[in-house]
Amino acid sequence: MDELNDLYTDLIMEHSMNSCNKRELECCDYCKMGHNPNCGDEIKLELKMDGDIIDDLAFSGHGCAISQASTSIMIDTLRGKNIHEARKIIETFIGMIKREITDEAELKKLEDAIAFRNVSHMPARVKCALLAWHTIEDMLNERMEGNSDGK
Amino acid sequence: MSPEEIKKDFPLLQNRKEVYLDSGATTQKPIQVIEAVDEYYRKYNANPHRGAYSLSIEATQAYEDTRIKIAKFINARYSEEIIFSKNATESLNLVAYSYGMDNLEAGDEVVISIMEHHANLVPWQHVSKTKGATLKYMYMNDEYELTDEEIESKITDKTKVVGITHISNVLGTINNVKKIINYAHKKGAIVILDASQSIPHTKIDVQDLDADFLAFSGHKLLAPFGIGVLYGKREILNKMNPFLMGGDMIEYVYEQNTTFAPLPNKFEAGTQNVGGVIGLGAAIDYIEKIGYDTIQKIENEVTSYAIEKMSKLDFLDIYITPNKKNHSAVISFNIKGVHPHDVASILDANGVCVRSGNHCAQPLLRFMGIDSTCRASFYFYNTKEDADKLVEALKKAYEMFKKYM
Ligand SMILES: Cc1ncc(COP(=O)(O)O)c(C=O)c1O
Ligand SMILES: [Zn+2]
Repeated sequence: MDELNDLYTDLIMEHSMNSCNKRELECCDYCKMGHNPNCGDEIKLELKMDGDIIDDLAFSGHGCAISQASTSIMIDTLRGKNIHEARKIIETFIGMIKREITDEAELKKLEDAIAFRNVSHMPARVKCALLAWHTIEDMLNERMEGNSDGK
Repeated sequence: MSPEEIKKDFPLLQNRKEVYLDSGATTQKPIQVIEAVDEYYRKYNANPHRGAYSLSIEATQAYEDTRIKIAKFINARYSEEIIFSKNATESLNLVAYSYGMDNLEAGDEVVISIMEHHANLVPWQHVSKTKGATLKYMYMNDEYELTDEEIESKITDKTKVVGITHISNVLGTINNVKKIINYAHKKGAIVILDASQSIPHTKIDVQDLDADFLAFSGHKLLAPFGIGVLYGKREILNKMNPFLMGGDMIEYVYEQNTTFAPLPNKFEAGTQNVGGVIGLGAAIDYIEKIGYDTIQKIENEVTSYAIEKMSKLDFLDIYITPNKKNHSAVISFNIKGVHPHDVASILDANGVCVRSGNHCAQPLLRFMGIDSTCRASFYFYNTKEDADKLVEALKKAYEMFKKYM
């Protein structure tokens, strides 16, 4: 029960139940669906860039509290970061969940997203927590690859 | 016999403190089954059918004796009508490929129910597409049941194959399979009965049902993983081509041609899971020792008790038929506004094992307009205390989420 209370914290619950990041962007540069067939989590991430800066992010979709909160908190964390900072944070988050990164100083850079730390002890929920992060990772990779066409 | 006494036969339920409410996924195993498998490997393991020495003959004998035991258990007329497979999925695929691929033509219809597990759905979808046949669904009514009208409107003169689950693994609805089989036969169709969720709970008599094929998995019936059964009527099986090919299922193999072994070996290619078969035999002995009457009495009591308690929780949606006699030991539910995966995690943290997700029945859940449910499935080793723990854990889960709603 303890590890559960450490996971379903106020922060995570509030983000999952009523997130201000759950909306549509007026215009976005990139849009991608993320899907976790395991528990049916489905999100649509929208990304608006300003040069190399993540100008704004938003999401829609449905799924478990962990997937929804993780998406919302990720958006708060990444908004305003440049693409290199963002990729570093994404890498750190995935490393934390996979228990490959445990260095406190390193984890601090995750800001609120450190709240998902305990997911690493719940194998059944790892995919839920990682869904949005893998989705944005793909979006940024696609952007890098497609950069030559000017986007 | 009480479930408390029965529980003592199940080492896992003694060794773990969780409340196990996922028997619809797989059952726990009684000591009698564990010991039978253990004894097999200790005392008479050998490759069946392949050795002239007495050890192999003993293994073969035990394997074939179990076939006879299963034939009696489901009242098959001939023991060669019992084919061993690895699970219900393989049994159902065998029928779809070996019967469906050869007997369906463009314009024919295959009729299944919206309640089917993917194992009795995806193979028929594939075969229908390949052969140009039409796949039609029997839908359920608001009480999660298939009505006679629905059955009679979907099964027509064009129908060649009907696939139906005896009991839904999501809803626990007991389908009127006698009616379906009867009606399908009148229209000239054959019927495949998926007994995966029924044979653990209810006596199956294939002759009385007049099913053409029947499939189930051992692991949902107290036996080990990796052993399943297909029953088929002898005259139909005899006309079918083999499914898998290789050793043990042949008579003569020439460079360019092969003749196949008679039933049941024709459908049992390669070295078989003798240990699993022995375990399944012991499981059937155990079921018969306890008796289906006792099993049902215990299950009905604990399931009704759980439903009664759960119905009082107004934060729950429960997906079961109101007609008690048509409902088995499965209860699907959701806490309103909370995702089932979260509920299952919180129940788990409170020591209660339930499944959450789409239960390999995506078309059914889509038809119901939901993504997923939690599912508690009971068996005769579950007590009222188990049901109480479920209800308590549900209250806790709701409390956790309520303040954020
Ligand atoms: C109704 C039904 N049919 C088929 C299956 C498939 O069983 P298995 O996965 O053992 O092949 C299941 C198991 O979940 C089931 O509930
Ligand atoms: Zn999830």
